[in-house]
Amino acid sequence: MQINTKILAQEFEYLAPKTLDEVLNLLGNYKGKNARILAGGTDLLVKLKTTDLKTNYLINIKNIPELNFIDTTDGLKIGAAVPLSHIERIGKVKEKYPALYEGIKSMAAIAVRNMGTVAGNICNASPAADTIPPLIAYGAEVRLISKRGERRFLVEDFVAGVGKTVIEDDELITQVNLPEMQKNSGSAFFKKGRVKADIAKINLAVCLEREDNICKDCKIVLGSVAVKAIRVKEAEDLFKRQTVSISLIDKIAKKASEEIKPIDDIRSSVLYRTEIARVMVKETIRIAWERSGGEL
Amino acid sequence: MKKIEIEFTINGKKRNLSVKPNDLLINIIRNDLFLTGSKYGCGIGECGACTVLLNGEPVLSCLTLAATVDGKEITTIEGLAKGNELHPMQIAFLKNAAVQCGFCTPSMILTATALLKENPNPTEDEIRNYMRGNICRCTGYIQIVKAIQSCTIEQNS
Repeated sequence: MQINTKILAQEFEYLAPKTLDEVLNLLGNYKGKNARILAGGTDLLVKLKTTDLKTNYLINIKNIPELNFIDTTDGLKIGAAVPLSHIERIGKVKEKYPALYEGIKSMAAIAVRNMGTVAGNICNASPAADTIPPLIAYGAEVRLISKRGERRFLVEDFVAGVGKTVIEDDELITQVNLPEMQKNSGSAFFKKGRVKADIAKINLAVCLEREDNICKDCKIVLGSVAVKAIRVKEAEDLFKRQTVSISLIDKIAKKASEEIKPIDDIRSSVLYRTEIARVMVKETIRIAWERSGGEL
Repeated sequence: MKKIEIEFTINGKKRNLSVKPNDLLINIIRNDLFLTGSKYGCGIGECGACTVLLNGEPVLSCLTLAATVDGKEITTIEGLAKGNELHPMQIAFLKNAAVQCGFCTPSMILTATALLKENPNPTEDEIRNYMRGNICRCTGYIQIVKAIQSCTIEQNS
């Protein structure tokens, strides 16, 4: 059947609360009644047009002042309604959180980044989401709020599977918090897509902390290789507390490519993903290491 | 469905409209306001043909609910020229023959003006990167890039 994407055919009620309190009241009142939160709409509207996803109430949170802020004083705190393009323009993001900066820059195109949000990217929970590997690598946390109170989760634990998160019907992400970076830390993001504006065949983020020529701590996170972005912990363990050299990085990259469980799909094959993952891990670790001030 | 009263500015003019919750901005602009410069292309955010400026920033009007532009300012291609005087980017596109079938042109020009506002002196790479969401199926990209480059030169001289 041909889908007509010129219109949005399904009917629903549109709600435009003005404050966070009003949002929480609406979410509480419409719990179990198939209400959805609208922020950028770049995923939601496409799904409402082209899939069997239905909604009865759309709650627009884009204009809520409490959700429209970026705070760089201690770490990085990003309000849930902030467009992706506004995040990439913050100097501290480019300087201290380059993997997040590069992840956002790699997404779609400017018009989509002017609409979409980090919170939306996390909630959409695509295995290929470009902000999720960097956020996991940085140890970022999401703050959820509802009339019942507040909950906090590491992004790593928040995403549960393809399109699945632990968020409840009446909850809303208010902010995504990244911890302050250590002095000798380095990070990088890498994405392999067919063309620049495309969805990732594989994406990956590395964040490490250096002490002299030893890697004190690290996280290596790959997307599009499982039902959700995953850390390759055996590869990380090979890296930790070791003197860093090119041959060590080769070994880590090989281990990482063995640890992932990619699938064949329209975007790529198992064979290609496994091989390219090895090359990408190697390259991304090298960049992150050099950014931390390390030498090879 | 309950209709929603919205007020917004489009190309400098205040408009009050009554829209349905599922009305898309592209259809309001084209069918209610008769501003047919903005095009419906793919409807799913792949092609960029429906790009308009929302508070000065390019967004996709096929993925924007009309109800959400309440209180906002929209610029379409019809709003760029000042009377009979074309916008420098429009002139640059004409001079460089950056128009073939013309379908993508309004969105290309709007996105290019946003680029120069953000980055007055972009490299070719930066231009191509910024414009990557606006697809031209005549594949006249070379002329489009040249047009934008000529506009930066003029702007800087």
